[in-house]
Amino acid sequence: MAAIVSVKNLVKRYDGGFEALRAVNLEIEDGEIIALLGPNGAGKTTLISTICGITNATSGSITVGGHDVVRDFRAARALIGLVPQEVNLEPFETVLNTVRFSRGLFGKPRNDAFLDGLLRDLSLDDKRDNKIMTLSGGMKRRVLIAKALSHDPRVLFLDEPTAGVDVELRQDMWRIVERLRQNGVTIILTTHYIEEAEAIADRIGVIAKGEILLVEEKSALMTRMGQKELTIELQHPCEAIPEALTAYNLERSADGCSITYRYEATGDRTGITRLLNDLAASGLHMKDLETKQSSLEEIFVGLVKEPA
Amino acid sequence: MNFAAIKAIYLFEMARFFRTLTQSFVSPVISTALYFVVFGAAIGSRIQEVEGVSYGAFIVPGLVMLSVMTQATQNASFGIYFPKFIGTIYELLSAPVSFLEITIGYVGAAATKALFIGVVILVTATFFVDLTIVSPLAMIAFLVLTCVSFALLGFIIGIWAGNFEQLQLIPLLVITPLVFLGGSFYSISMLPPVWQTISLFNPVVYLVSGFRWSFFGVADLPIGVSLLAITSFTVLCLAIIWWIFRTGWRIRN
Repeated sequence: MAAIVSVKNLVKRYDGGFEALRAVNLEIEDGEIIALLGPNGAGKTTLISTICGITNATSGSITVGGHDVVRDFRAARALIGLVPQEVNLEPFETVLNTVRFSRGLFGKPRNDAFLDGLLRDLSLDDKRDNKIMTLSGGMKRRVLIAKALSHDPRVLFLDEPTAGVDVELRQDMWRIVERLRQNGVTIILTTHYIEEAEAIADRIGVIAKGEILLVEEKSALMTRMGQKELTIELQHPCEAIPEALTAYNLERSADGCSITYRYEATGDRTGITRLLNDLAASGLHMKDLETKQSSLEEIFVGLVKEPA
Repeated sequence: MNFAAIKAIYLFEMARFFRTLTQSFVSPVISTALYFVVFGAAIGSRIQEVEGVSYGAFIVPGLVMLSVMTQATQNASFGIYFPKFIGTIYELLSAPVSFLEITIGYVGAAATKALFIGVVILVTATFFVDLTIVSPLAMIAFLVLTCVSFALLGFIIGIWAGNFEQLQLIPLLVITPLVFLGGSFYSISMLPPVWQTISLFNPVVYLVSGFRWSFFGVADLPIGVSLLAITSFTVLCLAIIWWIFRTGWRIRN
């Protein structure tokens, strides 16, 4: 698949000398949903701002749909919709007017039928003539999305769309994202909620301290990085882990009824067969077995903590 | 050229104006009426004609200029500062628009508002004094050019300003004194020779003089010099704005 957004050796150094992005390379494929995961201050927003034209890059190049975002900014930006992290809206305007304004800025002729449909999809149709200042926080976020979608973009940037929103809106948001994907819109989403990335993204990029540590298919990332846990429930509780089994670094539950073994799921030898044999040899009787994949959260914490 | 964007910005800005129509409309009318009471009736009765024009009529072009300059500057500076302040500027910067479209939209709206107020004052003035307009074409040209050039100046101030205080600073410390010392209420030929020379460094003198010429056919300075002055001022402002957007100064950092 062709890359719709291509970032090459992007560096952003702020006036104070702070390097927000250090030689970032990123290829985003047409039609995918990619989540950029990283702690606060990792450079997620700076990366998005630079792609969208809000900040100038110090060096490096960016293309969107094959158009350079500086030289050919009109063609590049026409493809992009941006939902910013901060709720920045003109308080005294009505919902419909601000959305209409956004559409106009992107050079599209007025089309109130299209905008009405958009507002309906976002459950904003009964608020269309309300002033922004009278809306709740969640409603304002919906207005931001409506503005970003008002010109029918092919690439949508969502900068921490669900930071501080309630469960209902979050699920609404995920539904909207899913519908957009079906229409072929590419979605780039930044978040520090791992479950969000896990729930909707195809690929996940991990970003920390201005560098992209890795970009991988969500499932591949989880298998490659994933540790698995094997929990063995015992017929009879054991007092302590038998000495013959110390090499396995087993963890005994408080009541002694189960023990847990951690292993790399993708390793050539998981050591499970050997463990089970040794277990039987040391006289422990198994009642049940359970294996569990570690979550993205655990993977992520492991990645960001490790010294790069 | 993204004309839809220009239209969107222009209409959005004009909507703000119409929301506060009473305020935008009533305050210039009241202040003009006050000027006529003070300068026209109270002081004017003791002043003979200035260059063959009754004093009441003589101050009309200066009064119009005074309001137009301050209104154009204020509207344009606020127009671009407000999105910066509340953060909605992100949308302008990420839209497929160039500095030209943004400038035309904001400056056009601010100039329109100033023009509207200028016309209101002119109409108000006719209730107090008899006005003749020697050259309506020149009058309109000066009025429009002043609206546009001071809106451009205001636009620059709005981008430069980092807080509301700075937003008020230049209009208060620079524009108001220049306008008052620019011959709005007197002919600079009434000043001592030293001050006449100093006045020539005040750009507003050229605008007021040219504007007054279009009414009465008399001026402190040749009309061509006035036209040249306002055109140069407009070009200078445009050049600064072009530089601002090219470098991203105070916007894209």
